[in-house]
Amino acid sequence: MRAFLKGAIAALGLAALVAAAPAEAQEKLKVGFVYVGPVGDFGWTYQHEVGRRAMQEALGDKVESTYVENVPEGPDAERVIEGLVRSGHKLIFTTSFGFMEPTVKVAQRNPDVKFEHATGYKRLPNLATYAGRFYQGRYISGQIAAKMSKTGVVGYIGSFPIPEVVSGINAFMLGAQSVRPDMKVKIVWVNSWFDPGKEGDAAKTLLDQGADIIAQHTDSPAAMQVAAERGALAFGQDSDMIKFGPNTQLTAIVNDWSGYYIDRVNAALNGTWESTDVWGGLDSGILKMAPYTNMPDDVKAMAEATEKAINDGTYKVFTGPITKQDGTLAAKEGEVLPDPAILGMNWYIQGVDEKAPN
Amino acid sequence: MNLLEPAILTIITAATPLLLAAIGELVAERSGVLNLGVEGMMAMGAACAFAIAITTDSSLIGILGGIGAGVALAALFALMTLGFAANQVACGLALTILGLGASGLVGADFVGARRDAMPKLSIEGLSDIPFIGPILFGQDAFVYASFVLVAGVWWFLFHTRAGLTLRAVGDNHVSAHALGSKVLRVRLGAVLFGGGCAGLAGAYLSLVYTPFWVDGMTAGRGWIALAIVVFSSWLPGRLVIGAYLFGSVSILQLYAQGAGIGLPSQLMSSLPYLVTIVVLVAIAGTRARARAPACLGVPFVPDR
Repeated sequence: MRAFLKGAIAALGLAALVAAAPAEAQEKLKVGFVYVGPVGDFGWTYQHEVGRRAMQEALGDKVESTYVENVPEGPDAERVIEGLVRSGHKLIFTTSFGFMEPTVKVAQRNPDVKFEHATGYKRLPNLATYAGRFYQGRYISGQIAAKMSKTGVVGYIGSFPIPEVVSGINAFMLGAQSVRPDMKVKIVWVNSWFDPGKEGDAAKTLLDQGADIIAQHTDSPAAMQVAAERGALAFGQDSDMIKFGPNTQLTAIVNDWSGYYIDRVNAALNGTWESTDVWGGLDSGILKMAPYTNMPDDVKAMAEATEKAINDGTYKVFTGPITKQDGTLAAKEGEVLPDPAILGMNWYIQGVDEKAPN
Repeated sequence: MNLLEPAILTIITAATPLLLAAIGELVAERSGVLNLGVEGMMAMGAACAFAIAITTDSSLIGILGGIGAGVALAALFALMTLGFAANQVACGLALTILGLGASGLVGADFVGARRDAMPKLSIEGLSDIPFIGPILFGQDAFVYASFVLVAGVWWFLFHTRAGLTLRAVGDNHVSAHALGSKVLRVRLGAVLFGGGCAGLAGAYLSLVYTPFWVDGMTAGRGWIALAIVVFSSWLPGRLVIGAYLFGSVSILQLYAQGAGIGLPSQLMSSLPYLVTIVVLVAIAGTRARARAPACLGVPFVPDR
């Protein structure tokens, strides 16, 4: 027993030493990440983790980064973020909309720590926000779908009927209509951010009902696999899913946070960090299009031309005339919808048969 | 356009994992053990089956690995609840959390890996019969296994002496013990069987249903299986009705959405739960009400 106690004490002492070691070797900037899902989701959180790793790799021994995964949105998040502050993190990224209030609270209490909140709109001198204009990619997808579809019907799998998803559907259809005005879309909501089985089933039902191309605003490659099995075409989401459909994927909307994370951590290291509001699209590198595959050269050329026009700012996706379902004009000829209108979009454009969500 | 055939095919794949997990839990609960860890055992089964199938390039070994993972977690649960007579509800919840977490760890290296789905049965001539062929003779092995399991469990529970003993243990473990039944041994067997079935259901998810691994891919199916066991009044026949009813409504509401029925999608998504509960409660109400095993959830500590 005594020997056991001695061993235990020695082990504890060793553990304390190990725990203390990084603190002594300070100088490194400690960067923390708070994730809403598991890093293994192969979707939203996975892409943030890829960005974190790229940042760690690029900045090497100047930074020490950690992450906390599966953090529920709400009061629990505040405890987690506060915990990161207590353990010496000086720059903290919180990567889900629901972390907004907790991040604001902790940021107010800790003015010497820098925070970055993804997809939110509340800012403080030490709290920046960042998000991706992924709808730009959906416009390009829509154009490709209109060219490639034989039935003229595209199946669209939605997660939840919230403005981000609705604006994505509108962007997709604006793109499709620019090529083929009578293009139809069938929308199925799975009412879940993550249920691969249900996403796959949704893809099956859409293909059964006459769609021959699948677009998705859900995370998993299940829909891509179903499309591959049925010989249909599909668009990937969050990451390049070409592996799951080598003869199926047309392109994918890829969330690439690595460049942003490297820039921001560098800024914090150099002392040039400021609270900014970044809503980056193709031009920022946050949105990347996976290679255009499984399409003829002329379609590919069209997609690349559109990508270039959006990238250099000569074309804006939500440029009028945009007509709402009820026939009223949302944007006049040549008018560009302002950002708040895109962020709060709760109506469909004409040509979407689905009833608008409330 | 005939939608009936593809709809039925999709329903079968959606219902099979529920049926597999539920039939195992039914046996465990019939023996008097409430194992709330189905979701965890299923997740672990999915992760291990996929990891092993990728590593060995054999679906069969993968399936065995999935079953093994479910059995291993169930053995842990049995150690706590049967060996140490710990609270079954608490241990079951802990098992779910453990299973979900550990599955992420096991699967971490396999995120983004892909594998072809297991082939479906194809019998020359039979599988080509229109409509009936693909439905009856064109499924994957799991679907047939699920029905064999249900039939086997029904026969075992109600037509064998061992099944009678298992039910007796679940209904009155003191009397069963007095009559010389090995209560804990029977329960251990039932719990391990439940774990194996949950692991098999998990293997179905990651090898057939959506052949890849992602963290949390069970998405609550273990809990649905648990609910189906209760609402089917612990009867194997009704279990099939429950699992297929749930599968049907959840698939048909997707078709309805695709057809542009103007109901709120949130309502449509909740329909499977509502319909399944209402129908199974209605069935239970019409006949003599089958009751829960009297000793469900009660630990047994043999006197010495």
